[in-house]
Amino acid sequence: MRRNFDAIWMVARREFLDQFRDWRIVVPMLLLISLFPFIADDTTRQAVTFMNRFGGELILDSLIPFVVLVIGFFPLSFTLVVALESFVGEKERGTIEPLLSSPLEDRHMYLGKLLVGVTTPLVFSYTSIVIYLILVSRRSVEFPSAYMLTLIFLLTFAHAVLMVSSAIVISVQATTIRAANLLASFVVVPVAFLMQGETVLIFWGNEDVLWYAIAGVTLLAGMIVRLGLSHFRREYLLGREIDNLNIKMIGRKFRNRFVGDARSISEWYRRELPITLRQLRQPLLIVTVLALLAGIASYVWVVVNVPIYIDITPDRVDEFRELVAGNLTSLDLLSEQLPAPVLFFYNARATVTFLLLGLVSFGTLGLTLFLVNIGLVGGVLGAASLVGFSPWLTFAAGILPHGIFELSAVFLATAAMLKVGAQLVTPQPDKGLGEVLLVSLADWFRVFIGIVVPFLAVAAVIEVYLTPVLIKLAFPYL
Amino acid sequence: MIETNDLSKQFNNEFWAVDGVTLNVQPGEILALLGQNGAGKTTTVRMLTALLSPTRGWARVAGYDVTKNPQEIRSNVGVLTEQHGLYMRMTAIEYLEFFGRAYGLDANTRKSRSDYLLEYFCLTEAARRRTGEYSKGMKQKLALARALMHDPAVLLLDEPTSAMDPESSRLVRDEIARLRSSQRTIIICTHNLAEAEALADRIAIIYRGKILLNGTLDELKREVLGAVEYEANFAEAFDADELDLPPGVILVSRSATSLRFRIEAPQVANPKLVHALTSRNAPLVSFHEVSRKLEQVYLKTMADAQGVLYAA
Repeated sequence: MRRNFDAIWMVARREFLDQFRDWRIVVPMLLLISLFPFIADDTTRQAVTFMNRFGGELILDSLIPFVVLVIGFFPLSFTLVVALESFVGEKERGTIEPLLSSPLEDRHMYLGKLLVGVTTPLVFSYTSIVIYLILVSRRSVEFPSAYMLTLIFLLTFAHAVLMVSSAIVISVQATTIRAANLLASFVVVPVAFLMQGETVLIFWGNEDVLWYAIAGVTLLAGMIVRLGLSHFRREYLLGREIDNLNIKMIGRKFRNRFVGDARSISEWYRRELPITLRQLRQPLLIVTVLALLAGIASYVWVVVNVPIYIDITPDRVDEFRELVAGNLTSLDLLSEQLPAPVLFFYNARATVTFLLLGLVSFGTLGLTLFLVNIGLVGGVLGAASLVGFSPWLTFAAGILPHGIFELSAVFLATAAMLKVGAQLVTPQPDKGLGEVLLVSLADWFRVFIGIVVPFLAVAAVIEVYLTPVLIKLAFPYL
Repeated sequence: MIETNDLSKQFNNEFWAVDGVTLNVQPGEILALLGQNGAGKTTTVRMLTALLSPTRGWARVAGYDVTKNPQEIRSNVGVLTEQHGLYMRMTAIEYLEFFGRAYGLDANTRKSRSDYLLEYFCLTEAARRRTGEYSKGMKQKLALARALMHDPAVLLLDEPTSAMDPESSRLVRDEIARLRSSQRTIIICTHNLAEAEALADRIAIIYRGKILLNGTLDELKREVLGAVEYEANFAEAFDADELDLPPGVILVSRSATSLRFRIEAPQVANPKLVHALTSRNAPLVSFHEVSRKLEQVYLKTMADAQGVLYAA
């Protein structure tokens, strides 16, 4: 433990020395941290005055936490260059090979550079924030609570780890500083969006919700660190010289993985697809267990909590039943209002959305959205039971017929998406990050094209033409 | 020692940078690896330092397998890379201290090694200056000092004397020779053929990833340029028509006052040839081996590999 820390610190110390001897880093940052708090302070006051002149009734107090967050973010975005060039910069300057030839372990180098990448911007950010808070303390406004400031400091820390860990992943994968800098917007822009969301939480005044933001960002940052460590290869740092976008090679690799050894579609279904499905056993088990838990939890929550907020009297139940009965008559028109192809498109789009969210969050956001959907199903069944419908019958008539196909498809797509996320953070010595992503996506598309698309098509037809009939048969008294 | 068998490296599933390299370098031996730019020297060295994994074949360095024991290999190998790789904002002392720590040396050893190497390479005076201010030769010497910092059993040196003035080159060559005598295993990649000739016990020529030749300088000369040639010079014109040449001696060229022979076994044939000449009262002034340089061997090998005519 001590030995590891010493090695990490040794790498970090050298980087610190290098940075703080470089006036091109130190001078702009000193200017930024010494000027920006004053500018932010003045701009904020002027904005408040301007808005209040037009009846905006904005209070400076409520803006201060937001400005603190922004002041913390600016130095982070500027000093990101340090992390961005951590590995690729050494490569371009020719200093990486002696370092890689030394007995330092991969994690020592990686974490040493991460430590510097996080510490430097944080020092600048916190200094900037402190200067701003000193300015605020001299004004006749309410100083943010210690609790709120703690949350913002933690959030700034989480942002720093998230941005720097992403930047270091870029630095390891990029082959030139130019390429790394071009990719920087993929770090800064998402975090800026994230901050907008957090700002809403701050303005909402529900400070406790920020803990979820801190936890979420920290979790994501941790996964990115894991991703970076998993795919850190000395060989790739030396082996690749230029950034070539070889579309042909990418297409060929994707196709080879997608098609496998099959010579016909039937052979692909018989031999290749089962291989991918077998690999999905574990993620499918996880998805199924979590879905069951989410469905049951949602059902129980609705059954237990809704009566607390809504007084379910017999009159209300009747009203609701009449409402449902009215809606049932419109089920005859379902095929016109929501044609099967449109329904299919919506469902297919949802599975692709799970994948896209999963890609940027290593599966977590995609899984969350999936569980929210399953939770909705549980909630609907809970609501049905509250108004006197049998949840089993509701499920059997309203969900199961098309759900056999739709739920199977969505479960499989989610499991495949989860596998993509897991693959990204799993060390694979013989493959680079790009290749891992390519292979994982090809596997996901195998499931999507081979099962999800046909299943969703069948489900859409059943949902539009058969489910309404079955619902009417199941609930003839409505 | 260094041992490789069929060591090969393919990039992007297309290009074989190194293809079936088999080498054996013993302790106390220097192997010079010669070849054009892009011939596969650096890739070979990177595989030997466990920076690149072989696509095929195996290699053992200092008793460790490059794929199974990369950490042990890095601890036992000193590498001088193609680029000096110095951190420009560090002083020489800080730089050697950093790598001394990276190689796990204790504080006393770091200090003594660093002092010794800085002094040996005449860098003591500049030791507290940032390396960015160094001349090319000083940078190269410091990089070599870094490679020697942990006193490794195996040394892989890429162009060790490039950019150095003659005095510094001499200093480096002496140090390499000293390391050989202390049983270090050394591979030198170089374009400096005179240096290879002066230092190397064995020479390997690599072309497009394949080893074309591997052996001692004499073996290479014999293999590439043929049997040794000797020249006899005379004080006045000598008619060699009646000369009775011993077996294994071929007259390859003649002028009025000189004759050149190709001789398969000089130890056996030379006394007989000299006897034949003197018995014919040849006015012999000198009889010597015709000097053949590594350069000729290298250029001939390259010309053969490329299928072009070698102009001697």
